[in-house]
Amino acid sequence: MTVEIIGISVLWLFLFGYVIIASIDFGAGFFNAFTIVTKKNHIVNTVIQRYLSPVWEITNVFLVFFFVGMIGFFPSTAYYFGTVLLIPISISIILLALRGSYYAFGTYGTKKGHVGYTLMYGITGVLIPASLTTALIVSQGGFIHTTSSGRIELDYIGLFTSPFAWSIIVLSLVSVLFISASFLAYYSSVAKDRKALYLFRKYTWIWSFPTIVTALGIIIEMRWHNPSHYEGLLSLWWLFALSFVCFIVSLWLLRKQLYGKSFIFVVLQFAIAFYAYGVSRYPYLLYPDVTIYDGFTNETMAYTLIVVFILGFMLLIPSLYLVFKLFIMNKPYIQKGK
Amino acid sequence: MDSVEFSRYLTMMTLSVHVIYATLGVGVPILILIAHWLGLKRNDEHYLLMAKRWARGYVITVAVGVVTGTAIALQLALLWPSFMEFAGQLIALPLFMETFAFFFEAIFLGIYLYTWDRFKNPFKHFMLLIPVLIGGAMSALFITSVNAFMNTPQGFALVDGQLTNIQPFLAMFNPAMPTKVGHVLTSAYMTTAFVLASIAAYHLLKGSRHEYHRKGLALTMKVALIFSIATAVVGDFSGKFLAEYQPEKLAAAEWHFETEEEAPLVLYGVLTETNEVKYAIRIPYALSFLVHSNFTGEVVGLDQFPEEYHPPYIVHYFFDMMITIGIGLTALALFYIVALYRNWSFIKTKLFRRLLVASGPLAMLAIQAGWWFAEMGRQPWIMRGYMTTAEGATDSPYVWVMFIAFAVLYLILVVGTGVVLSRMFKNNPVEKELERQTDAKGGIAK
Repeated sequence: MTVEIIGISVLWLFLFGYVIIASIDFGAGFFNAFTIVTKKNHIVNTVIQRYLSPVWEITNVFLVFFFVGMIGFFPSTAYYFGTVLLIPISISIILLALRGSYYAFGTYGTKKGHVGYTLMYGITGVLIPASLTTALIVSQGGFIHTTSSGRIELDYIGLFTSPFAWSIIVLSLVSVLFISASFLAYYSSVAKDRKALYLFRKYTWIWSFPTIVTALGIIIEMRWHNPSHYEGLLSLWWLFALSFVCFIVSLWLLRKQLYGKSFIFVVLQFAIAFYAYGVSRYPYLLYPDVTIYDGFTNETMAYTLIVVFILGFMLLIPSLYLVFKLFIMNKPYIQKGK
Repeated sequence: MDSVEFSRYLTMMTLSVHVIYATLGVGVPILILIAHWLGLKRNDEHYLLMAKRWARGYVITVAVGVVTGTAIALQLALLWPSFMEFAGQLIALPLFMETFAFFFEAIFLGIYLYTWDRFKNPFKHFMLLIPVLIGGAMSALFITSVNAFMNTPQGFALVDGQLTNIQPFLAMFNPAMPTKVGHVLTSAYMTTAFVLASIAAYHLLKGSRHEYHRKGLALTMKVALIFSIATAVVGDFSGKFLAEYQPEKLAAAEWHFETEEEAPLVLYGVLTETNEVKYAIRIPYALSFLVHSNFTGEVVGLDQFPEEYHPPYIVHYFFDMMITIGIGLTALALFYIVALYRNWSFIKTKLFRRLLVASGPLAMLAIQAGWWFAEMGRQPWIMRGYMTTAEGATDSPYVWVMFIAFAVLYLILVVGTGVVLSRMFKNNPVEKELERQTDAKGGIAK
């Protein structure tokens, strides 16, 4: 295995970590806001707060981690993505900033939480995946053009009128809600909060099918959008089939009321599809301009980063375990909120 | 204005907002730690409550610090893509380590906040603050080393435009790093102590006679004095460092145009269009003394550098502002501590308390001025000697739109923080909380 492959695998792992954790977070914010509108907030409020409060900061770190690692391992992506994505990523930053601070203002600043803050938290949470997904869509190729003066620029009209781009945005939205509902169903079952459990179980069912339908649709659309990538996807058909099996198993477990296991299969489903997608685009970071080989950093830095990464992880894993033990897997905490 | 200038102003705005929260983010844990320790050691409810209340306010500032920090991390690539493409190969290591340090801090801060009363042994809970403190200091160290690298790049060789012989640790431990990190850490602790002292002084000024505020003021002022002195000492080293490695920055700060021996120190004053210094206070020999520790040493002036590499002369004002506030606050803290032990009643007058209230905002202003001086002082370089700011910037024509959008965002964040923090503590005064604490020991979260 070459050091380039190790680098991109590490980053892909972080991106996947962010996708799962952020999905739970974004979805929780959305459900919290949505249930205020439908006047069911009292049912889900406690469960969501108990989960979110100690972990909300950690979510952001995953994003910065991915991003800093990307520049570290593949500095030339900084030039391409930085130049092209100024507006979409700035919008994401603004939304993330509003969301993070409104969460803190709402949760710690007021006694009972503030309706305006909560709604803001929900709305920004749905818009962020959409704006962040732009980076993924652009990396597929086809949306960057070079101006007469030699500048590279994002083709906004092409992007906004592309059904392919919109399908990916829809997929990111529905999968956020699906992953989140599945996790919160599990979390409320541990909390023995029956009402919240029923609601989240319902949401999981509602959001599961659009997720799988859009995902299949995108694979088909790829045939016209980027034929070589389509070939790549087809050659990995068995992985996508495995991911689909995990999807079916997760729904079956949901029916059997085994919520924890159901959530594990949801994560597996996404992990397999996410990695298969990543492998299928090999070796391109930005089609067709940057591959993982020509955009790679110098060897010394790459090895140093990998060593530091391992050392850092030896520090992080016990700490994350502590968080899990104290909050996420801790029954008395979840049930009493103590 | 073109994209380069808008990129510069947008970066400056983001960093100026971020540094308010980052300074508190680095500094507050040490004060929480001291208060919590005193509370446990002396079994004093007041100090314990102090730790709790500071921690509660701290969460708000950390939240805004996290989001503005994310903003600057991403803006580095968005606004300076060519710079990041080039320097990414050299500074990825400290950037990467910074996120680890921050991760570490975020995890333990979350645990500390939500486990108040969950441990049987209160010292176990107290111990959680140590990783928070270390994580904060470490992230300051790593990120400052990146900035130091931009001032004194090393650890690589540039052969025909190609980077070779790259040594990541040498790049990280560059000549500017020790003094920069030292000055950042000590000044952050100092500023935080003054900010918290202002709050205590404000309550005393408003007529509260409560023991809690007196203890708070005495504690924070002691910490402030120690770190003011430390900041001044490291600041002096920084000056000597500049004279050796970045003489053009020091010369611009001092309006020192001609290389000379027995150089005077120029305080205040204004600069005319023909580069004449007016209305300034000149202290003969002082600059030579500061730089070389003797009165006759030769100090390099701006005449040694081509004009296009001169930093903007405006940095002199920022330099003066930083130094004046720093010395003034050190004197204030020293006077207060002496008066406290001698029982001088002057420190209880309204006038003196007003000064104490002003100390926190002033310290924060000095932090800003110091960073403006440090950053503008290395113009026109983004990476001194290798890449100018104009070469590193984006060529996107939309930077001005983003400048406006972010300006609105930061206004919302800064005003929001102020409103939320003041409402948070006004609705829940110390007196009420102490009463409740004696009834039942409540968690910190609610």
